Amino acid sequence: MKLKSILVAGAALAMTATVANAATLEDVKASGELNCIVTTGLVGFAYTDANGRWNGFDVDFCRATAAAVLGDGEKVKFVPTTGKTRFTALSSGEGDILYRNTTVTMSRDADLKLTFLGVNYYDGQGFMVSKALGVTSAKQLNGASVCIQTGTTTELNLADYFRAQGMSYEPVPIETNEEARTNYLSGRCDVYTTDASGLAASRATFESPKDHILLPEIISKEPLGPAVRQGDDAWADATRWVLNALIEAEEFGITSANADEMAANPPNPTVARILGVEGNYGEMVGLDNQWALRAIKAVGNYGEIFDRNIGPNTEIGLERGLNALWTNGGILYAPPIR
Amino acid sequence: MSDAKSYEPGQHPSLPPPKNLVGWQRWVWDNLFGTVSNTVLTLLSVYLLYLIIPGMLDYFVLDAVISANSRAECAELGKGACWAFIGDRFQVFIYGFYPAELRWRPNLAFVLLFVALAPVLYDNIPFRKYGLMFSLAFPIIAGVLMVGGVFGLEPVDTRLFGGVLLTIVIGVTGITFSLPLGILLALGRYSNLPAIKIVCTVFIEFIRGVPLITLLFVASTMLSYFLPPGTSFDLLLRVLIMVTLFASAYMAEVIRGGLQSLPKGQFEAADAMGLKYWQTMRLIVLPQALKISIPGIVNTFIGLYKDTTLVIVIGMLDVLGVAKSAVSDPVWNGLSVEIYVFVAGFFFICCFGMSRYSMYLEKKLHTGHKR
Repeated sequence: MKLKSILVAGAALAMTATVANAATLEDVKASGELNCIVTTGLVGFAYTDANGRWNGFDVDFCRATAAAVLGDGEKVKFVPTTGKTRFTALSSGEGDILYRNTTVTMSRDADLKLTFLGVNYYDGQGFMVSKALGVTSAKQLNGASVCIQTGTTTELNLADYFRAQGMSYEPVPIETNEEARTNYLSGRCDVYTTDASGLAASRATFESPKDHILLPEIISKEPLGPAVRQGDDAWADATRWVLNALIEAEEFGITSANADEMAANPPNPTVARILGVEGNYGEMVGLDNQWALRAIKAVGNYGEIFDRNIGPNTEIGLERGLNALWTNGGILYAPPIR
Repeated sequence: MSDAKSYEPGQHPSLPPPKNLVGWQRWVWDNLFGTVSNTVLTLLSVYLLYLIIPGMLDYFVLDAVISANSRAECAELGKGACWAFIGDRFQVFIYGFYPAELRWRPNLAFVLLFVALAPVLYDNIPFRKYGLMFSLAFPIIAGVLMVGGVFGLEPVDTRLFGGVLLTIVIGVTGITFSLPLGILLALGRYSNLPAIKIVCTVFIEFIRGVPLITLLFVASTMLSYFLPPGTSFDLLLRVLIMVTLFASAYMAEVIRGGLQSLPKGQFEAADAMGLKYWQTMRLIVLPQALKISIPGIVNTFIGLYKDTTLVIVIGMLDVLGVAKSAVSDPVWNGLSVEIYVFVAGFFFICCFGMSRYSMYLEKKLHTGHKR
C-alpha cells in the first residue's frame, strides 16, 4: 500500500512535468528555433549532403513549419532519431514536432499520447523478391525468410498477413534500410518487406534493379504523417495548417516562384486567403498572416517538395500515385483554409 | 701455403654461424616449414591469401574510383569501391554539422590535444611540469574553444557536433575522466571504511550490471522527466557524464585487480615507515598497482572508444551515424561497404595507436617482472 502511494505520487510528478511544457508554440517562438525530429537517414526523406545540411521530403516540411512559425526556414534544429527513440524524443521534449516517416495508427494516437496532424505521404507495405525465386505473388511466400525492420508497424503487418494466409515465415530482424539492403542482396533473406516507397528507393540502388520485383500485394495502409505531443492544441493547430496550406497551395497553383506575385495580385479569393491578403487566418492559429506565404516561398508547395525529393525525375523515381491531388486521381485532400 | 692457420689456444676469432642457422632462412625454417603440419598449414594459408588478396586488391585499389559525382558515375567508371563518396563527404565525416567557418576551433583543439597529451604520455619532455599544468587545464580550454559563448567566441550548439569530432570528444573525455574516477572507486572499494566501501561497491556493481545503451537512453530521454521542468541541460554533457561513469566502473575493477595482486607486506612496510594513507597509496601502492593494470586499463580505453558508436541510438551522429545518414542521399545511396571500411580504418588507427603506446609503457616500466 505504501509503495503504491509513492508510485502514484511519482507518476503524478511525471505528469506535471510533461504538462508544464504544454505551450510549445510560445516556447518555439521564444527560443527562435524549431526542434524537428527526423530519421537518422532514409533515402529521399531525410539525409545529409556534402555540407552537412539536411535534405529530403520530411526535412522540407520541417523547414516549411519553421518558415511559417519563425519566419525563417533555416531556423530548424534537426533531432535525428531511430525507430525506437522517436516517440520518447517527442514526449520528453527533445523535439517539438515529428516528421519522421511515421505511420498514423490508433494506438500511437491514443496510447502513446501523440496528436497526428494529417498525412504527408500515403504509403503501403509491399514485398520485394529476387526474380530468380520465380515468385509472382505474396501468397507463394510460405516458409520464406523475411528481412523486417524492428520497432515498426511493418513487423506487425507482416505477422498479421502471414497468419491470415495460414503461412509461416522466418523473420530476419534488422535495424536500418542499409542493413536490410545488404542482408537481402547477400541472400540472408529471400524477401525484403517495408513500405513500397522504401523498396523502390532501395531497388534503384541495386546493380541490376531489373532482377528484383515488387510483388503486387500491398498488405497495409501506411499513411505517414507528422505528430506533436498530445494536449497542446495551439501548437497542433498551427502546425497542422502549415501542412494543409502546402497541399492547398499545390491545388491552387501557388509555387515558390509565383507566390509573391500571387500575393500581390490574388487571382481568386481562396489564394488571397491562403496568402494572407484576405482574412486573419494566420492570426487564428497564433501566427501572423504571411505564414503560408513564407512556408511556400521557403520550400514550395506539396508538389514541388515531392518532385524535388522523391519524384519521377529523382534517383528514387516514385510516381505520385495515391499522393496525387484528389483532383488528379489521388487521395491528397486538404481541408480548405476558410 | 695452406689455408689452415694455427692459433694459440683461446685466440681463435669467433666465426659466423652456418648460413642456414641465422637470418631469414632460419626463421622460415623454424616458423613455416619445420614440420609436416607446419608445411601443410603454410601452403594452405598461402593458397587462401592467393584466393582473397587479388579480389580485395582489385576491389579496393585497382578498380576503385576516386573521383566521381554520384554512385551511377562511379559504377560507370569502375567496378571497385567508390572512394569518391568518402571524398565528397569527408568534411561531414570529420566535423559533422559544425559550422564551416568556425572549424578552425576544433582543429586548434585537436592540435592542442596532442600538446596536452605529450607531457602525460612521455616523461622526458622538456618543461614537463608546465606541460602537465596545461594538460590539467586542457579539458576546460577545449570545451570553451569548441562550444564557445565566452571571450567573444560564437556559441556553437553541441547538437552540431558530429562525425569524427563527436567520437573523439566522447572518447577522449571518457578516457581522461574515467581513469582518476576509477582509481578513486577502486581505492574506495578496497578501503576499510564501511560507508565508503559500500557506496563504491554499490555504484560499481550497479553501473556494471546495466548495459551502456540503457544508460544512454536514460541520459537522453528519462532525465528530462526527473529534472524540474525547464532545467534541461545539454544532451552531449549528459552523454559525456554517463559514458564517463560507465567506463569508470570498469576501470575501478581493473585497478582493483592490480591492488589485490600487491603482497600485504607492501602495505605493512609503508605503515612501518609511518606513511599516512594517501602517502602509502601515492608512493607505494598505486605505482605498482597501476603498472600491473596497464593492459587492462588500455583494454577498457579501447572498449570505451569503440562503444562511442552506440550514441547513434539516441540520435547523436558520430562517425558511423553521419556515414549512415550520408548514404541515404539518393545520389550515393547503397555504398555501405565503403563507409564501413572507412570507419573501420579510422577506429583501427586510433585503437592500434593506443595499444602500441600501452606496449611502450609496459616495456618502459618493466622493472621487476621481466621474464
